[in-house]
Amino acid sequence: MSAFSTVIEDGIAVITFDLPGEPVNKLNGAVRVEFEALLIGLRDDSAVRAAVLISGKPDSFIAGADIDEFTALTTQSAAERLSFEGQEMLSRVETLAKPVVAAIHGACLGAGLELALACHYRIATDHPKTQLGLPEVQLGVIPGAGGTQRLPRLIGLRAGLDIILAGKSERGQKAHRLGLVDELVPPSILRAAAVAAADRLAREGLPRRTLKRSLPALLLEGTTAGRRMVYRTAARQVQEKTGGHYPAPLAALEVVRVGLEQGITAGLAEEHRSFGELAVGDVSRKLVQIFFATSALKKDDGIPSGTAVSRQVRRLGIVGAGFMGAGIAGTAVLNVEVDTRLKDADLARVGQGIKAATSVLEQRLKRRRLTRPEFERLSGLISGGTDFSGFARADLVIEAVFEDLELKRRVLAEVEAVGRPDTIFASNTSTIPIRDIAAHAERPERVLGMHFFSPVEKMPLLEVIPTGLTGPEAIVTAVRFGRRMGKTVIVVADHPGFWVNRILSPYLNEAGLLVREGLPIELIDRVMTEWGFPVGPVALLDEVGLDVAQKAGGVMHQALGDRLRPAETIGRMIETGRLGRKSGRGFYRYREGHKAGPDDAVYRLLGVRPVDGADTTRVERRLVYAMLNEAAMAFADGVVRSARDGDIGALFGIGFPAFRGGPLRMIDDLGAARVVEVLHDLRDQHGSRFAPSESLIEMARHSERYFPA
Amino acid sequence: MPDLRSDRRVAIVAGLRTPFAKSGTVFRDVPAVALARHVARELLYRSDIDGREIDQVIFSQVVASVLTPNVAREVSLLPQLLPSVPAYTLNRACASAAQAISNAADQITLGHADVVLAGGVESLSDIPILHSRRMSRILVEAGKARSFGARVAALGRVRPRDLIPLTPAIAEPSTGESMGQSAEKMAKENGISREAQDQLALTSHQRAAAATQDGRLTAEITPWFGGPGMDEIVATDNGIREHTSLEALAKLPPVFDRRYGSVTAGNSSPLTDGASAVLLMAEEKARALGYQPLAYLRSYAVSAVDPRWQLLMGPAYAVPEALGRAGLPWSELGLVEIHEAFAAQVLSNVQAWGSTAWAERLGLAEPVGEVDWERTNVMGGSIAIGHPFAATGGRLVTTLANEMRRRDVQFGLISICAQGGMGYAMVLERE
Repeated sequence: MSAFSTVIEDGIAVITFDLPGEPVNKLNGAVRVEFEALLIGLRDDSAVRAAVLISGKPDSFIAGADIDEFTALTTQSAAERLSFEGQEMLSRVETLAKPVVAAIHGACLGAGLELALACHYRIATDHPKTQLGLPEVQLGVIPGAGGTQRLPRLIGLRAGLDIILAGKSERGQKAHRLGLVDELVPPSILRAAAVAAADRLAREGLPRRTLKRSLPALLLEGTTAGRRMVYRTAARQVQEKTGGHYPAPLAALEVVRVGLEQGITAGLAEEHRSFGELAVGDVSRKLVQIFFATSALKKDDGIPSGTAVSRQVRRLGIVGAGFMGAGIAGTAVLNVEVDTRLKDADLARVGQGIKAATSVLEQRLKRRRLTRPEFERLSGLISGGTDFSGFARADLVIEAVFEDLELKRRVLAEVEAVGRPDTIFASNTSTIPIRDIAAHAERPERVLGMHFFSPVEKMPLLEVIPTGLTGPEAIVTAVRFGRRMGKTVIVVADHPGFWVNRILSPYLNEAGLLVREGLPIELIDRVMTEWGFPVGPVALLDEVGLDVAQKAGGVMHQALGDRLRPAETIGRMIETGRLGRKSGRGFYRYREGHKAGPDDAVYRLLGVRPVDGADTTRVERRLVYAMLNEAAMAFADGVVRSARDGDIGALFGIGFPAFRGGPLRMIDDLGAARVVEVLHDLRDQHGSRFAPSESLIEMARHSERYFPA
Repeated sequence: MPDLRSDRRVAIVAGLRTPFAKSGTVFRDVPAVALARHVARELLYRSDIDGREIDQVIFSQVVASVLTPNVAREVSLLPQLLPSVPAYTLNRACASAAQAISNAADQITLGHADVVLAGGVESLSDIPILHSRRMSRILVEAGKARSFGARVAALGRVRPRDLIPLTPAIAEPSTGESMGQSAEKMAKENGISREAQDQLALTSHQRAAAATQDGRLTAEITPWFGGPGMDEIVATDNGIREHTSLEALAKLPPVFDRRYGSVTAGNSSPLTDGASAVLLMAEEKARALGYQPLAYLRSYAVSAVDPRWQLLMGPAYAVPEALGRAGLPWSELGLVEIHEAFAAQVLSNVQAWGSTAWAERLGLAEPVGEVDWERTNVMGGSIAIGHPFAATGGRLVTTLANEMRRRDVQFGLISICAQGGMGYAMVLERE
């Protein structure tokens, strides 16, 4: 079956790209061959004056290159060749003597945008689904089909770098403002406008494009010295953002530089060389694995397929309008557009909750991701009261009340009393076993956990926790709803701390012990941010709140034994009113909500003297291996269903460095034997909490892995 | 004459309102449309109805907001309702919400709808302030100017006096007389004493305060989340003076005739912001959805008199008309709700209903009826609670229906006087 179909109307060839059997258009080898033949046909057909390239898929132009083709690459030279072939094909588009107009509606990403850039004219729709971008760096590579060369030439160096280095995509309006597309039209006239443009270009010749630059822009981008400054600034920003762990953005910057300073031929050569190197590199491999894992999770409903059908959630009830409840409400309204009712004990709290939920929408409004009318409509979905009015029609109720078992049981009983028999009840607890909350439930098959992370609108993970009694309909409904909220959802077992807090717990305890031993706070945090975490463990304790951390730590200790005994550090801190960021002081000082350096008073409080010249390797090991060991134990306990889920949970729940793949992937990379060896060494020096998991010892003995090699 | 008691009886299922607040106070910065949407949505939640059941929305507003002239459509575009629900906004002055409810009932009776959301909103904090005709003309010309120079030239014609805005007054366009002046005229012509007016105002405040205390009034109010943090809660009406007295009321100076007048700020309803909404259904629909209606609409009537005569005398005509349509004598009424625009107006209406001379004038064999104050405005009235023009009708219907159920009364009456010399009356019945 053919991917392209062409009709010729009055000398204009309208080429419709519609990849058979796929929901979106992708560029792969077969498509390339067909397209090249098509180009020759266009060139040789004297009846054709110009061409229009348009997609036959709804709301999607070209989603990018076929990733499967890219992951099949085994050698650098094969990867280079793939990139080179792409470049060649697009050069043939660019040098075709007849103008080609790209008519863009929907996703126009990666190689799709590179193809559009090689066309002579671009028309995009003003529809929100229209997104143009180069997300390659997110997979650890760079645009490999001339995108690094054509984009900066079209829209300017800085604007081009903005898109390439961050892997960003832009809506039609912004793309038009940037000069990335020549015209912006409503979807209804896209085809007609593209045909008209093709006709015009055929008659009048190609448009002369001159980048309109302000004087400072001209100085920065139009002179060698100015551009050198831009490269330097960009390199510094990339270094700050990636910590040097992700090579692709810097490589992209270099490719852009070579192209602009030494000409496009040199630039293209550097582009395919660099692409080849990155494509088979370890970081790209890790990022691609993560991409596939999250894609697979998007199709995983947490139950054997066909066992139950997801309920449509038309109304969401939320009990507890505090920070978490409001965050869940705002995120649900924004992403699911669901009618959402908040309930709390007093009206002022309800009002504050409505306000906080609405502010999730307000941030989008401010960033122009929502229009004012959209904002008004969505905010109409958020309301609340002190009674359960509206809950009788709720399909899903999430409780986010104070962490107290009796209170949560009472809320469940109240919801069961007012709700329909098929209302699903989810607890957002982070410490209380779901089965305890459900102990007296009338309908335990409708009770489960939905553990969101704070702040809900930003944190990408959701843990869904069924008990042994939870029915499949409740599970699939919670998973699907979480996914529609924009979360990556993992289904985890009803074990203390579930997955994320379980593996976080010994890591935070170890940080507390390190402080107690006098290791400088900022050193501990720096070691871990340099290792790749977005924040260090001590700063994280401050963010979470020391009271919350203490409570959770106590629960974990009680449930799992002395291995997880919390450091006494936190107790001392709390006694003196240090609760972390929310109280304005914790391990760090805070001024107007901003971190203002570590608080030296903490050392006095703990009666220790900050250690000079600490062994940072040892600090790193203690923290990292505490987490790796716990991940192995939790995995052996069956907390996650697969290593994939475990790693995704760590990546999205606590910001485990993506280039390391996740704790379980990391154990595989190190080898279980090596991990056991290091843990033995740590145990000998620091105590039995580092005793390696039985499962690791077994794996080491049999040379087993979490993931197939 | 159409017989409202057709096969399709109209049920009043639930009613709700925002707190009524004196203009310029807690709702100062709240657009009318926000009040209307809030009360409508809360009514949906409280009555636990699926928003998709609503067939039509009829709302009312007397002083329409320039930016949302059809406030009903904004209500019907609440995301809880289907976007296919048509909506319109009407204006029957102070009887607007009552008229919206009657129109809703007509639609149900005709079989055009099964479920209608009707109500009204008024924000006298959110009224249009107009430029003079001259200023408007200059601004329009400047707006249309094609060049910067032409725009400057147009704006250059602005003189300081053009900048003085026009504020719409609450005056009759046909007579130029303000409503207070009309009430003052009625007090004089009908011989209504200052003491009687103040006594009525006192009763209004005392009963409203009692009904707030015991929760009967607050049960009809949905709280408003005010302030930038949405945590300044407004849950009650702010015009009710629990501790006022005849002495305090007597001290207030007459406003409209300082020398011989008797109408004061104390015995008149204040300018008020607020919204109300009522959920109406065909009787069989209500049963099918499992509702126990509060009451049913039995009849209604609207009248009008020449505004140059006694402006607020409309109810003297509308009430006997509505009773006639209901086929009921006054004596069957267990409860009566009279809108209190002015105590002088209420007492003038009451006097007319009880008068033989009026009966003759109306062609009735005997007077309409004697008002029993123990069964009239039992939870206070507009003087105490306030009077957001287009919201008052919804309050009266809700209060009457709730109280009829509480007291197990079979028939109840609503009487409203309205700007333009109009009068409105509605009879509710229970099973």
